[in-house]
Amino acid sequence: MKFIAEIDVMPLKALLDPQGKAVTGSMKNLNLSEIGNVRIGKHISLEIEAASKETAHSKVDEACKKLLCNPIMEFYEFKLHETK
Amino acid sequence: MKFGVVVFPGSNCDEDMVYVLRDKLKQETVKLWHKDTDLQGCDALVLPGGFSYGDYLRSGAIARFSPIMEKVNEHAAKGGFLLGVCNGFQILCEAGLLPGALLHNSHRKFVCKNVYIKTGTNETALTRDVRPEKALKIPIAHGEGRYYADEKTITALKKNNQIIFSYCNENAESAEEANPNGSLENIAGVCNAAKNVFGMMPHPERAADAELFNEDGLLLFHSLIANWGKN
Repeated sequence: MKFIAEIDVMPLKALLDPQGKAVTGSMKNLNLSEIGNVRIGKHISLEIEAASKETAHSKVDEACKKLLCNPIMEFYEFKLHETK
Repeated sequence: MKFGVVVFPGSNCDEDMVYVLRDKLKQETVKLWHKDTDLQGCDALVLPGGFSYGDYLRSGAIARFSPIMEKVNEHAAKGGFLLGVCNGFQILCEAGLLPGALLHNSHRKFVCKNVYIKTGTNETALTRDVRPEKALKIPIAHGEGRYYADEKTITALKKNNQIIFSYCNENAESAEEANPNGSLENIAGVCNAAKNVFGMMPHPERAADAELFNEDGLLLFHSLIANWGKN
């Protein structure tokens, strides 16, 4: 079975996100001052072959823990769906 | 001491480091390619600055999986000397050989300038001969140098005297305006609990030649060479 994982890696909520802060600031210049607290992370998609959805889930989780996300500064979440 | 300077694709301070170690300090020095698995009997390893793997994903995140890193880990576990400068520091944090992480500078700018740092402990070979009241003028050049670790880690770093360098003003006084990137506790460099693995954002190899009118970086290398292996 083939799956696609859609992974979001975001800066921890407690940490200053300088990129997000800069973009929040520029919203004011666009007269969109209703928009605040922009936070910027990464979106990663990947394909994975696995015998079951559970196996695919645990492999993606391992990839996130070992490489895609640094838990000292980031957290992650992902969705997994089967593809052909 | 025999030094090995590890070169990753994208390292760009390796030549400066080799020049200082070999030509200025007269130490036997070899370059080690990131695909090597033989450390050639080096007593000391240095991970230089640069942009290993183009800083893809996160600074240092991909370099930590280079083939040589397994040997670097073993070297560190055996108590061998290991120093990471700038990107080298980021790699050591990503590899879990040093605590914490280096985040984007709080003001978002890449900073390349001389700063002052002072040593926070004389318990390490690298800092033993450096007077704590002396402000060392050493350049930084980074966009991601904001040292961060959780509160528990910071408390442990302080308790074990692992904060080897902190940013200060030219009188060696801690001051918020002397912090160039928003690092917690003005931290510019840390070491591991065993005090054989070191990481620092400032570049001592760029302050080690009279022709550059700044030799403060040499104090660290002299201290290291004079004190390594002594308790």
